[in-house]
Amino acid sequence: MSLWKIAWRSIQQRALASALTGFSMALGVALIVAVLVAQKVIRDSFTRGASGYHLVVGKKGSQLQLVLNTVYHLQDPIENIPYSYYKRLITPSDDLGKNVKVAIPYCLGDNYEGFRVVGTIPDLFTKLEYADGKKYEFEEGGRNFRLKNYFEAVIGSTVAREAKLKVGDEFQPVHGLSDEGDGHKHDAFKIVGVLKPTGTANDRALFINIEGFYLLENHAKPLDEVAAAKPAAKPPADDHDHAHDHAHDKDADHDHADHKDPAHDHADHDHAKPEEAGHKDGEAAHDHEGEAQPAGGAKASAEGKAAPDEHADHDHAKHDEAEHEKAADKPPADHDHDEHAGHDHPPGEAHDHADHDHDHAEKGATDKAPADKAHDHDAHAGHDHADHDHDAHDDAGHDHADHDHAGHDHSGHSHSHEPLPEDQREVTAVLVLAKGDLYASNLRTKINEGEQAQAAAPIRVIADFFQKIVNSITVALLSLTALIIVISGIGIMVSIYNSMNDRRRDIAVMRALGASRGTVLAVILVESILLSLAGGVVGVLLGHTLVAILGPIVEGQTGVSLGFFQFDKYELVLIPGLVALASLMGYLPALSAYRTDVAKALSASP
Amino acid sequence: MLLLENVKKSYTEPDGANLPILDIPEFRVAPGEQLALMGRSGCGKTTLLHVIAGISRPDSGLVRVAGVDIARLPEHGRDRFRADNIGYIFQTFNLLPGFSALENVLLGMSFTGGRADEGRARKLLDQVGLGRRLSHKPAMLSVGEQQRVAVARAMANRPKLLLADEPTANVDTGHQQQIIDLIRAQSTEENVALILVTHTPEVSDQFTRVEQLDRLNQAVVNV
Repeated sequence: MSLWKIAWRSIQQRALASALTGFSMALGVALIVAVLVAQKVIRDSFTRGASGYHLVVGKKGSQLQLVLNTVYHLQDPIENIPYSYYKRLITPSDDLGKNVKVAIPYCLGDNYEGFRVVGTIPDLFTKLEYADGKKYEFEEGGRNFRLKNYFEAVIGSTVAREAKLKVGDEFQPVHGLSDEGDGHKHDAFKIVGVLKPTGTANDRALFINIEGFYLLENHAKPLDEVAAAKPAAKPPADDHDHAHDHAHDKDADHDHADHKDPAHDHADHDHAKPEEAGHKDGEAAHDHEGEAQPAGGAKASAEGKAAPDEHADHDHAKHDEAEHEKAADKPPADHDHDEHAGHDHPPGEAHDHADHDHDHAEKGATDKAPADKAHDHDAHAGHDHADHDHDAHDDAGHDHADHDHAGHDHSGHSHSHEPLPEDQREVTAVLVLAKGDLYASNLRTKINEGEQAQAAAPIRVIADFFQKIVNSITVALLSLTALIIVISGIGIMVSIYNSMNDRRRDIAVMRALGASRGTVLAVILVESILLSLAGGVVGVLLGHTLVAILGPIVEGQTGVSLGFFQFDKYELVLIPGLVALASLMGYLPALSAYRTDVAKALSASP
Repeated sequence: MLLLENVKKSYTEPDGANLPILDIPEFRVAPGEQLALMGRSGCGKTTLLHVIAGISRPDSGLVRVAGVDIARLPEHGRDRFRADNIGYIFQTFNLLPGFSALENVLLGMSFTGGRADEGRARKLLDQVGLGRRLSHKPAMLSVGEQQRVAVARAMANRPKLLLADEPTANVDTGHQQQIIDLIRAQSTEENVALILVTHTPEVSDQFTRVEQLDRLNQAVVNV
């Protein structure tokens, strides 16, 4: 008869006590399984959200904050970075942009019922994956929003469920990042698609057209800031460039016209907005207060823009023909950029604007050229609006144009449906998918070396974060549960120890039958091992059954799928280790068996 | 078969005094010999059996069993020797309550280092009349049946010496003779030397050799 059987018989003999002590062990182990699985769920769901692209680019500051804010829609954003920086990222000829495959801008600042509202471009859902190999999909009946339709939006599955929104509904983003914002309601966006659950934080966000976002109240960068920022930012060496630009400008302009390029829109805007802003003492973007009618706006502006300048006139006409549809299919920025790519603009500039501006202000600009460098600067940097208002470039032609536009704006029909000029735009962050891992690290280094922005690799930041914080929480939890197992082990020990008095005679009998001290010690140890082991196995089964039962719920909440066979690698080390530890608890009673005085125990009356 | 020479053992009393229990100048048993050992309570019968079985060690003297001086063996050596050579039947049977009749016999075979011979265990139980109660736990057996299991268990390893410590003291008189007969028959059949401790004349009268421990044991004389 083996030691195991001998031990098993003695467990059977005290079935109830054995079952109870074994069960306490099982509960402890099940708890460990639960903690490990919970930790895995948290880690997986975090990592999942952080995959799909290489970098998050944003304002200098805490990397963790940038990642938490951009990827997980947690915490407040750091400040914004200029739109021009984003444009560098999407310019293949740029030192930064050459590393980039896809760059998606994020504009934050609003919420709807506590869910983040993200101003972005449709490419987010078509050119990026939300996890490795997983593409965004829309629930039946929905589609991605279109860039030309400024007030379209797509929402995450959780938002749809909890805020009871569906395709066709409209919602008004509220200024601020949480429910406790200032409560100012923006224009309404129409939901055209609901994302299928992704298990990422994006399930909890609403995505609106970035163009629409910019047109919302208070989303334009205040003009005086624009004006103040530019001259400082621009290297003086630009004069030259500008001359060059001018030469090109006409061509470029024509190109635009011919191609019915959306850049035109911009041109219009550039003029219109700043002027109006000037009129209202720099209070930018008031124009769109209230309305949302994408279609008519641009046309109206065209009409209104009577004719201070033939060029301009022409452009508008073209633009009109182009109609919104064609024009807006591409991000407005794109074209401009390409066109001017060859001009060697110093980084961080708003080239397009500059170009267009020149068109209009050509006379003045050329005239001015020899005069003041600083002035020149402004003009070229695309601040003509600012220039006019602040710098008092009292150029007649210019002023004309200004007034014209201003008047038109005031007439009210241009409201809201012309994109915000780029120099009034900012982005909170940019998601970057590089051309490869090496490109990504290259880009990250370059961006971080610069002054304007930082780039964070979300997976690394999150791994760090886990290392520092989540891991220690896990360790604390695991220590607690490990303690439970140790207590269960002590329970087993006490149970066996208490039984020793009853069993001393049995032990003595075994000794009399020829069992050695070592044998009786082993029998007791084996008994403790069996109890721990059985408890451990039951605990693992119990834990995983629980996981399997809760799996679908967890998957619904986090997108992390859990099955019965979801084992954590720590489980494979920790549980055997703890069971072994518990088994050793049997050593004390076993020692007592070892020391049994056979002669005395046999002589004692039963 | 068995030779004791100048075996002395004493206990230290709580007050520190030395209390002699055993002082046996000489005691011999031949192979296959059966004898009854008599003596009143407290005269050291059980202690003597423990010394012979190697459960206890004498303070001095020679205890030679089957040619081996077990008093010189280390404890684990004596344990192993006991498992291989000595059968022990207790007054209180001392079956393990968690084990069936068969398992109790098999348990007796578990400490020899060899494989338990289940065939022999069944045969032994059959011989003691329990062939149909192999899987019964001790609590389900009568007192007489329990002691018969104990006899089978003691015989399990083909011992050379069988020690029976008042095996019928707890058995009702009706079954007393049955047990004695069984023990003697088994000993005879396997040519096992038997030392049967009893204080019942009806039992001792059946043996050709009856030893009075009072006479063997000088310690008792001195008391």
